[in-house]
Amino acid sequence: MTAVIEASGLGKQYRRTWALRDCTLAIPEGRVVGLVGPNGAGKTTLLQLATGLLTPTRGTISVLGEPPAVSPAQLARVGFVAQDTPVYARMRVADHLRLGAWLNRGWDDELAQRRIGQLGLDPKQRAGSLSGGQRAQLALTLALAKRPELLLLDEPVASLDPLARREFLRSLMEAVAEHGTSVVLSSHLVADLERVCDYLVVLVASRVRIAGEVTTLLASHHRLSGPRRDPGTLPAGQDVIEESHTDKQTVLLVRTDQPVHDPAWAVTPVSLEDLVIAYMSPASDIPARRPQLGVVS
Amino acid sequence: MIEFQLDETSGVATYLQLVQQVHQALRMGMLELGDQLPTAQQVVAKLAINPNTVHKAYRELEREGLARARPGLGTFITRSPSGTDPATQARFLAAMTDWLRSARSAGLGPDDIEAIYRTAFRTCFAEGAA
Repeated sequence: MTAVIEASGLGKQYRRTWALRDCTLAIPEGRVVGLVGPNGAGKTTLLQLATGLLTPTRGTISVLGEPPAVSPAQLARVGFVAQDTPVYARMRVADHLRLGAWLNRGWDDELAQRRIGQLGLDPKQRAGSLSGGQRAQLALTLALAKRPELLLLDEPVASLDPLARREFLRSLMEAVAEHGTSVVLSSHLVADLERVCDYLVVLVASRVRIAGEVTTLLASHHRLSGPRRDPGTLPAGQDVIEESHTDKQTVLLVRTDQPVHDPAWAVTPVSLEDLVIAYMSPASDIPARRPQLGVVS
Repeated sequence: MIEFQLDETSGVATYLQLVQQVHQALRMGMLELGDQLPTAQQVVAKLAINPNTVHKAYRELEREGLARARPGLGTFITRSPSGTDPATQARFLAAMTDWLRSARSAGLGPDDIEAIYRTAFRTCFAEGAA
C-alpha cells in the first residue's frame, strides 16, 4: 500500500515554540482521514507542510511519493482548501472557474460547471455575497475540478451551520465515491467527521497522540466498569487511556488487542468521540504508560 | 430498492448498521433474491458517509453469501433468506425456556438472568472471534 502522506520525525518550529514535533505518519491511499485535535495542536501546520506552504524545521515529509510542491506536476496532484474555505469576495462565481481553468492544466470544466449547477449557484454572483455554505462549496468545487489525487482541507466545516456542514460533507463524499480521491480533513470536533472518516490522526500539543484505521481503533478500545481496582493490576497488554474512580467503582478506557475476559468488568464499546476525547485529555499521556491509581473523586 | 438509515447514537459501526439493515430487510421480505442494493453513490448522496463504508458493508454481505457485486451493474441479493430451520429454532427456544424457568425457581431475578446471559454470550462469541 502506498502512502499519500509519509512523515518521519517531522517538526516545525516558530522561534522558540514547536508547532509540530516528532511527527511520524504513513497515511495509506484511498482513505478519508480525519485530522483531529484541539485548536493550536498543529493541524494547520501539518497540512501546510503537506502542501509545501511551509518547510520543515526537522525531519521529512513526502506527499504522493514526492516532496511537497517539488514541481508543477506534483502540485497538480494535490488539492488544498485552506481554513475558512477562502474565495475572492469581489470576483464572480464564473470568474473563479475561469481562474481555476487558467491555473490548472488538468482542470475538469464539465465537473466544475455541473457542480455549480447542482448547487444552484448563480455564475454572475460575486463570491462575497454567497452564504458561508455556498462559499465553502465554491472553494470545494475549485479544489475538486482540479481533479487531485489527494485533497487536503483545513477545518472546512468549522464555520458552517449543521445543514451546510452535512451538505458539504455529502459533496465531498460523492467526489470520493466518483473519483476515489484520498482526503485529509482537519477539525477540532470529531463529531463533524465521525460519519466520513475511515482513518484518524489525533494531534495534541504538537504531537501525534494516536493514528490508525477507525475500525481498528474502535475494535481495540473498550470501556471497562467494575468494582474499584488499581489499574496497575490489569493484565499485560491492556493499556489504560483514561480512568476514573469512586470509592466503590472503577471505570477505565483501555486499549488492548485481546478480548477482555475478566468477569469483574462490564465491557462496553466506545464511540469514536469518546476515544478521541480520552486521548485529548491531559491525563492520558503516552498510551504505553501504566498510570498509577489516581485520586479518589 | 431499500433505503438505508443511520442511528448515530447506537454505537454500532456504520458499516454494520448497513449490513444489519439488509439482514432485516431480507427477514421482512423487503429484499428478495435478485434485488439490487443501492449503489455506493446513492448511499453516499443520502447519508453523507464515506463510500468505503458502503463498500465494506457490501463486502461483508458478499462474505456472508447474501449478495454479489456484478462489475459495472451493482450489488445484488444472491440468496433468499433461509435462516435456521424452524425445528432447530424451536428446539433451542424450548431449551432456553426450560433454563429460564429453572433459573427463576432458583431465585434469580430478570436482571441477574440478563447479566448471566450477557456474560455467557460475550464469552461464547469472543471465543468464536479469537
